[in-house]
Amino acid sequence: MKTNLYKYILLIADNSLILGQRLGELCGHGPNLETDIACTNISLDLFGQTRSYYQYAAKLKGDNTTEDDVAFLRKEQDYVNVLLVEQPNTDFAYVIAKQFLFDVYHLLFLNELQKSHDVTLSAIAVKSIKEVSYHQRFSSDWIKRLGDGTNTSHQKIQEAINDLWTYTDELFHQTDTDKKMIIEGIGVDVTKLKESYYKRVVDVLKEATLEVPESKWFQKGGKQGIHTEHLGFILTDLQYMQRTFPNMTW
Amino acid sequence: MITEEKQHIDQKLIQILNQVFDPEIPVLSIIDMGVVRRAVIENNMVKVQITTTYSGCPAMDVIGDDIKKVMREAGYQSEIELILSPAWTTDWITLKGRKGLEEYGVAAPLEADADKEALLGNKKLVKCTNCGSMNTKLVSQFGSTACKALFKCNDCLEPFDYFKCLK
Repeated sequence: MKTNLYKYILLIADNSLILGQRLGELCGHGPNLETDIACTNISLDLFGQTRSYYQYAAKLKGDNTTEDDVAFLRKEQDYVNVLLVEQPNTDFAYVIAKQFLFDVYHLLFLNELQKSHDVTLSAIAVKSIKEVSYHQRFSSDWIKRLGDGTNTSHQKIQEAINDLWTYTDELFHQTDTDKKMIIEGIGVDVTKLKESYYKRVVDVLKEATLEVPESKWFQKGGKQGIHTEHLGFILTDLQYMQRTFPNMTW
Repeated sequence: MITEEKQHIDQKLIQILNQVFDPEIPVLSIIDMGVVRRAVIENNMVKVQITTTYSGCPAMDVIGDDIKKVMREAGYQSEIELILSPAWTTDWITLKGRKGLEEYGVAAPLEADADKEALLGNKKLVKCTNCGSMNTKLVSQFGSTACKALFKCNDCLEPFDYFKCLK
């Protein structure tokens, strides 16, 4: 099996799975009907992308592995999503701040992944770019509306940005798997995305009359499987059916 | 670009595939939708390649099952393959398909630039499917499904869906 490629797919796809699951929590709980539907639609896009990646990963693994096995039958430390996407929804400001800080990265990442020598990853990237462009437009729009809105909305979105800022640097950490995949012409050099990322993020924050956090302390660990306590709770929900009825299928 | 994205559908199969509709938009056949990229008969086995509209679109599984059903009724065994590349675009919706959408009450996709303006709420470019007025406004960038946005007409006050441009 191509172990490195398998690991690399998880590094990409686990982000989409966990963020999709987070957004799914808003189903029936959004602040109003339109944002509820928007967030769950974004969730659906992310799950769709996750499926394409996991189907590919399952094929590489062989032994009748299915996409569901990859999604549901792993231990907490086997998930390699970044810490940002597992952070709790808290309130709508956190939902939007988290989404925005991820979307900007996601679009930059996919723009590079479409050049990958791996035809499947490239095809998934080309497909996903179209969807993620909408996500970024949605979350950027809301950053501006909340930031440049009322005193309360401004204060809340600023707090959320300040709190989540500490998880942004991890997006650009290069793992050993990344390095091996870059050499093979398959992987994206995430370190090169950092400058464009912060430029885009700062531009939107300024337009939204928000302060750019000054904190230089950044959290990391997700890509190595070392998570915040929040991931455990997400997996409790996500894996519930498989733990209750092992090997069940729809 | 256009040539590599060409469809290849056996003439005999077009009529059969035209009986399969998008479950979310039941006036639009999958041929008019442009999701069938290839359909050929090999040793009495029909091989169909369909491309997803949006990655997470739950309609794709249903479409696959429906194709198998109509093929069975026409006396063919069939194999469905979901392909990712080339990625589907709203440009592949046929003229007949666009008309069908409008009649069903879903505004057809605009060109990419106009679409962006409309979805940012900057310009009034989407025509009300109920009364034809251009005096409409964006309610939500995401509508009842991932592929649609929700609009409202300021004149007749009816809400309606707009099929977003995907390129």
